[in-house]
Amino acid sequence: MASWDVMRELDNLKREIDEAFRGGGYGRFPHEGPFLPPLTARRFPLVDVSEDEGSLYVDVLVPGVDPAGIDLTLVRNTITISGERKPFAPQEGQIVHRSELGSGKFSRTLDLSVDVDSNKIKAHCKDGIMHIVLGKAQHAKPKKIEIKQS
Amino acid sequence: MADKITQRNDDKHVQNREETRSGEHYIRPAVNIIETEYGLTLTADIPGAAKEKLEVKVEKGILTISAPAARTMPGKPVFKEFETAPYYRQFSIPEVLDHEKAEADYANGLLTLKIPKAKAAKPRKIEIKVG
Repeated sequence: MASWDVMRELDNLKREIDEAFRGGGYGRFPHEGPFLPPLTARRFPLVDVSEDEGSLYVDVLVPGVDPAGIDLTLVRNTITISGERKPFAPQEGQIVHRSELGSGKFSRTLDLSVDVDSNKIKAHCKDGIMHIVLGKAQHAKPKKIEIKQS
Repeated sequence: MADKITQRNDDKHVQNREETRSGEHYIRPAVNIIETEYGLTLTADIPGAAKEKLEVKVEKGILTISAPAARTMPGKPVFKEFETAPYYRQFSIPEVLDHEKAEADYANGLLTLKIPKAKAAKPRKIEIKVG
């Protein structure tokens, strides 16, 4: 079913304007580039969000980060993802030929568009991407209402 | 010609084999290359690539890192900030490196490749006797 959700469009517009002012307003994926570059106005980690009737799905890009060191917290309907990518330990007598990978602390808070059930959250990390599944709260799920004929 | 592993510049006047891969979309992964007296350590961010399908090879002095990566999210998208596409990047590696003894490791989306230097290329300390 194709429906035009005014609130969602406005929300996306707000996000796009925010990104434009952060200096990233070009291309389809303006973020393409290294994770946590030293100089950036963007928020890290990057996320992809999708949803279906019962759940919200969030994929978080966290390459080179130990999953045990990532904090995921939920307060009402905002989730915060924070952690740190450890800098590379300098070795004695090293010569750096290329240094394109970033490191440092990151934290990002996402406002979820619906209420989620705090007991129905699962997260797992695989190959540098964290997949989070958030079950929607019962009252946020679509409910079919039967219409009686009279 | 691929980028020289030990050079910071990206020569544009030589045709890059990466550039001739026009038909498909791919991501050039970001790398760190650190040299010590024992060899080179290359680390690359390739999140979303599966370990089994990751390919690192050396052919005619060209080191190629390639990894297929694809990801689908269930449901309908709300917003997207990153994409997962195959990774591909090449470097020309100097002969002083012994790529036969290279070791690769992959964890949490980070590829670590250690290539030791060939014996002849390691610095040799020469003792000077004062007589």
